[in-house]
Amino acid sequence: MKKSVFLGALTLAGLAAGTAMAQDSSTLAAVKERGVLKCGVNPGTPGFAAPDASGKFVGFDVDVCRAVAAAIFGDSEAVEYTPLTSAVRFTALASGEVDMLARNTTWTFSRDVDLKNTFVGVNYYDGQGFMVPKDLGVSSAKELGGATVCIETGTTTELNLADYFRVNNMEYEPVPVESFTEAQTQFLAGACDVYTTDASALAASRASFENPEGYVVLPEIISKEPLGPLVRHGDDNWGDIVRWSLNAMIAAEEYGVTSANATELAKGTENPEINRLLGVEGELGAMLGLDNAWALNIITQVGNYGESFEKNIGENTPVGLARGLNAQWTEGGLIYSPPFR
Amino acid sequence: MSTTKSLAYVRKEMLDQQPAPRSQVGFTRWARDNLFSGWFNTVLTLVSLFVIYKVLAATLPWIFGGVWNADSLAQCRVIMNEAYGNTHHACWAVIHERWNQLLYGFYPETQYWRANLAFVLMLASLAPVLFDKVPRKMLYLTMAFPFLLVWLVWGGTIWGVTSVAFGFALGGIAFKLVDRFGSMALSAIAAVAVAAVWWLFIGPSVVEGLNSVAPLGHLEEVQSRDLGGFMICVIIGISGIALSLPIGIVLALGRQSDLFIVKTICVGFIEFIRGVPLITLLFTASLLLNYFLPPGTTFDLTLRVIIMVTLFSSAYMAEVIRGGLAALPKGQYEAADALGLDYWKAQRLIIMPQALKISIPGIVNTFIGLFKDTTLVMFIGIYDMLGLSNAIRANAAWNGIYWELFIFIGGVFWICCFAMSRYSQWLERKLRTDHR
Repeated sequence: MKKSVFLGALTLAGLAAGTAMAQDSSTLAAVKERGVLKCGVNPGTPGFAAPDASGKFVGFDVDVCRAVAAAIFGDSEAVEYTPLTSAVRFTALASGEVDMLARNTTWTFSRDVDLKNTFVGVNYYDGQGFMVPKDLGVSSAKELGGATVCIETGTTTELNLADYFRVNNMEYEPVPVESFTEAQTQFLAGACDVYTTDASALAASRASFENPEGYVVLPEIISKEPLGPLVRHGDDNWGDIVRWSLNAMIAAEEYGVTSANATELAKGTENPEINRLLGVEGELGAMLGLDNAWALNIITQVGNYGESFEKNIGENTPVGLARGLNAQWTEGGLIYSPPFR
Repeated sequence: MSTTKSLAYVRKEMLDQQPAPRSQVGFTRWARDNLFSGWFNTVLTLVSLFVIYKVLAATLPWIFGGVWNADSLAQCRVIMNEAYGNTHHACWAVIHERWNQLLYGFYPETQYWRANLAFVLMLASLAPVLFDKVPRKMLYLTMAFPFLLVWLVWGGTIWGVTSVAFGFALGGIAFKLVDRFGSMALSAIAAVAVAAVWWLFIGPSVVEGLNSVAPLGHLEEVQSRDLGGFMICVIIGISGIALSLPIGIVLALGRQSDLFIVKTICVGFIEFIRGVPLITLLFTASLLLNYFLPPGTTFDLTLRVIIMVTLFSSAYMAEVIRGGLAALPKGQYEAADALGLDYWKAQRLIIMPQALKISIPGIVNTFIGLFKDTTLVMFIGIYDMLGLSNAIRANAAWNGIYWELFIFIGGVFWICCFAMSRYSQWLERKLRTDHR
């Protein structure tokens, strides 16, 4: 008797949990009900994500989170940032602790397929490089045999490094570190001969050194590192929202829509593509389950792709990156948004 | 020849007392005995002095020649170059600019007074527990403090925490009422049941009603995500310390119990928790717990961490206290039995006071360890001081700074841990009743 009561209670609890799951399966509905977007970001990479003196997160990746929040709520500040180390980011996304990741994460086959994530686009095309002290007298990565290398654990750079040294028949001694800032400190303290990570981070790092001239970034770029935001499998509508929030920023730059002129352009223009983007024509917002001014909110509050780039990591910032591969396709880069139609 | 005539060789008056030879007193004597008592010790002393001089000569100018006012590391270097012609000095400007972040995390700046008030109240409510000269009436403050802390730090109206406190009160009343029937277990179950019914079913709606009718003492609400820095270490550390001691005592007693189920549960819990690293428990709390909860439930992250840290340290605490219990001579237990005391009275009056006294060094050791372990929350995305040091260095202005931040953080932790250690030594001396 007692046993059956207990089992019955268990079944009921299971059913209740099951129905709760069925009702709440839409991420958009959950986010709207919560009132904030939970976004997983890097705990600290200059220019991409870091809290400033007032505790507000700023950076190029952070702007993707802000764009999604602006699209959903019309308020780019409705984001709760969860700083995640490289090692735990995918677990946090899969468990629902965050709604999306914008954490300079490289899009790879196994992360997309095996870890059951959906990469919704690329916001920065990067590649892995090497930095060495000038005193080492090395001018090519091919001469690095036997070197000690500072490397962040749980990243693609770690695997690329192993591949590269194996292919070139060289030995190396890894010095594992936990974070970007840690790696930089170890490198400067001479704990390793070589510091390897994405070329963007190398440039940012070198710019902050006391004497940047004492260090050189080697010419070899040994990998493709397309960095982009991602969501978990199982909610395609949610993936669409994040994907097209990023695309809206990219398309806005292509069409010359900026945070300064977007409100003006939203009164109607000759260009139907701009009109559809800004919600003057068509029902693109409604198709996503959002307000029709979703893209307008993104552009006025966060800015277009180029504006965000220049503000956070462009040539006039301490990070000082050139557009390079990350120029619009019309300018010879790879940044390209599918049409808004 | 008179007898009064003094003999030439006998002194008439005493000589004044002479000071001891310089070489036999004070620093000279101490130095000769302790530093230069042989050629080997003399060599060691000279070498040590040289090393100490070298270390101080290198660090003191670095520390005291530091720059306090600058906006970035680059500016620090410019100022140093102007003043000294080199950059071998500390850039304390980073502490000057970010000290509030290191201490309070992202807590809203206008609300710092709440955190400060909570801290002062914490010290005040700890006083009667730590020192027996403090008036006993202060213990009421101690009992109210956990609720005050939650209200002050997280904000909202006072009704939420009052409701939780009321649940405890109801549980206490139920315990007293059922206790008349003489069964300890039965009254404990009744207390838990009554409190749970209040917390889960009646309380929330009452709170909602009161909030809409009279939002008394409303403070701006602060999200757990905004807590950080030293503040989160203190909140987690103090909660863990305060909760793990009683739980640890219960577990230690349970482990020695004759009741098979109680004993098995306690042993299983202790061995399981001690077999798992704290960081694993924290990962479970922050990442995996969401798999087991129905989607949409929000379970405050800080609360999850406090629970895990408490479970972890109470398992260690149980073993420390078991050591104290094992050290008591069997005669003490037999004496308690001979006096006709029942189990709980014997524990309260005879066994525990002695066992806890023996375990003081171990208990404080666990506390200090727990307090320092709170920095591990950095790995689950809570910005404690160490996490913030990374975040600050990721800012373009401070990228490349290192020692200044860690020296500051180390200093803050050292003060806390040293205070705990001194207190435990004082307590040991005070409680020493044997005749050694």
